[in-house]
Amino acid sequence: MTVTAPNPAPAAEVPKSSGTRLVDRVFKMRELAILLVFLVMIVITQIGNSDFLSEQGIKDLLLNATILVLVATGQSLVVITRNVDLSVGSTLGISAFAAGTYLQDGGNSTVAVLLAVLLGIGCGLVNGLLVSLGQVPALVVTLGTLYIIRGIDSIWVGSRQITAAGLPDGFIDFGSGGLWAVPWLAMIALVVLVATAYYLKHFGSGRELYALGSNPEAARLAGIPVRKRILAAYTFCGALAGLAGALYLARFGNVDSGTGYGYELTVVSAVVVGGVVFTGGSGSVYGAALGALLLTSVNSVLPALGVSSVWVLAINGILLILAIAVDRIVALRVATALKKRNARHG
Amino acid sequence: MADSALVRAVRWSALKRWDSAVGALLIVVLLLSFTTVDGFGNALNLSFLIGNTLPIALIALPMTLLVVSGEIDLSVASTAGLSGAVMGALWNQGMTIETIIPICLLLGVVCGLINGLLVTRLGLPSLAVTIGTLAAYRGIAQIVLGSDAVTDFPSQYLDFASGRLGDTFIPYAFFPFLVLLAIAVVALHATPFGRSLFAVGASEEAARFSGVRVKRQKLILFTMTGLMASLTGVFWALHYASARFDNATGLELSVVAAVLLGGIDFDGGKGTLGGAIAGVFLLGALQNVMSLQDVSAQSQIVVTGVLLVLSVLGPRVARQVSIARAGRRAAQSSTG
Repeated sequence: MTVTAPNPAPAAEVPKSSGTRLVDRVFKMRELAILLVFLVMIVITQIGNSDFLSEQGIKDLLLNATILVLVATGQSLVVITRNVDLSVGSTLGISAFAAGTYLQDGGNSTVAVLLAVLLGIGCGLVNGLLVSLGQVPALVVTLGTLYIIRGIDSIWVGSRQITAAGLPDGFIDFGSGGLWAVPWLAMIALVVLVATAYYLKHFGSGRELYALGSNPEAARLAGIPVRKRILAAYTFCGALAGLAGALYLARFGNVDSGTGYGYELTVVSAVVVGGVVFTGGSGSVYGAALGALLLTSVNSVLPALGVSSVWVLAINGILLILAIAVDRIVALRVATALKKRNARHG
Repeated sequence: MADSALVRAVRWSALKRWDSAVGALLIVVLLLSFTTVDGFGNALNLSFLIGNTLPIALIALPMTLLVVSGEIDLSVASTAGLSGAVMGALWNQGMTIETIIPICLLLGVVCGLINGLLVTRLGLPSLAVTIGTLAAYRGIAQIVLGSDAVTDFPSQYLDFASGRLGDTFIPYAFFPFLVLLAIAVVALHATPFGRSLFAVGASEEAARFSGVRVKRQKLILFTMTGLMASLTGVFWALHYASARFDNATGLELSVVAAVLLGGIDFDGGKGTLGGAIAGVFLLGALQNVMSLQDVSAQSQIVVTGVLLVLSVLGPRVARQVSIARAGRRAAQSSTG
């Protein structure tokens, strides 16, 4: 008998300790819990306002979430490695404007999207190089690049503005069109999301992101190329922020120097609400995407229920605090349960 | 001869300390501006410079203590906005300003207490908590005041907040700031409380085992930060004679940028208030000079960002260089 592939069985056959299984279940519950909150919210809104889940309503809901889902997906990769990228809002803004100027001058739509992604990759590379080679705190560096990119954007854009009238019709139609109630843009986001989740779960380098997030020193000693992985995570995050910029342009058709201003806090909120922990090493992109969906839906739910939009911001903040507080309390409970169980078995 | 080498080494290490470097840079910038920039040296401009920098400086005081102890508060600008909004709303209700200001300060204490309790009692990361309260407090400010702007505060208060002492360059509000600065310097650098903050920032576990009441100290710090943020909010509304819910939006990033530029290590356990204040006024002076030179506001943002990146890269590179030099010296002495 010839061995054609390394046998993965030993790893799979090791029985999972009951503790690991419990922790696993809790993290699955985490995503289910967000989904549940989301569904309850939607049902209540639908009861209060029967127009809410019309074809257009669903479409708006998905369109609103799309851009945040994309950026949050990239951000969660960075947060999983125990870093953070605060410059995503600026990256989104500058890529959206770059794509817009190119299109206004009669450029090709596909090339415009590629241009936005490339610009995002450039920004991500700068962040990644500073964090991984400079070994400096990610929060400070990306706060710096937030300013730098926004500043360059503002100097370049000035008081100019890109409007839908100057863009090709096909591009704008693509931004608002879709298959029944599912917009094209949401499909793009979904494909990116599923691909990223698959990569994180089934590729060695994806698992290594978790490893180096939960213990950088141990990861280094285990031979994981820490700097390379962090650089890759930042580059990917930048690329998605760039792509989100192009989609922003397609969706709104309106870009100026303030586009994406302050977006980083929304993105980080979505990621944290979705259960990706700041201390690194845990969480999933599906969670982050659900967090993004939940946060953006609040914005549509409140007006549909006749609540003034001034409440949106406060509710977003309280949601974020609730999410991390509940997380923490559940984690403490699990820790106590594990301790008890170990005491019983030991 | 050994003595002079020692002196030289000490001097070199003092220069290498980032906070003294920032202080020196501030002096250089000020001297250059006085001699080369038109309109910088006159008293009115200097009073503008100080007055516009005061909100950042006021919040930087407690923020320095917080960052030294390894925590951060991003909700400060929202707390300031909230206290300004409440001030405007209560003023519209017809309350007197003498009762409103204490209420606003109390509100700041409550805001800080909420942050502190979430961080210390539940053990949540302060970064995540205060991003949450950043949105929550600003949202409440919006609920309280809507899109109104309240401008008709009593003139003696407006004059105090925006006026200056005679024809000098010193705004009235600078004196209360000096008092607060003195209190903060003494608290951080000359009391057991302050020393223990460095211990907490360097290693929370070790500090706890050596008898520091870590949670209580952090709770005090968050509460003080809330108080100072609301004081800044009141000052902001009076200084610019306008109370709106979006007052001081984004100020948290300027404060964090200035404090980090001043050499306060984001990982905690290192830094001096002198460095932080030098960082604050360095950014303020640069912005003022650039405005005078007709540098656009956008380019000023780039300069802030570059300075911030340099402020973390600089010390790191300096350390690498000194380690490399020490290694070379060791190699020389072993061969020689």
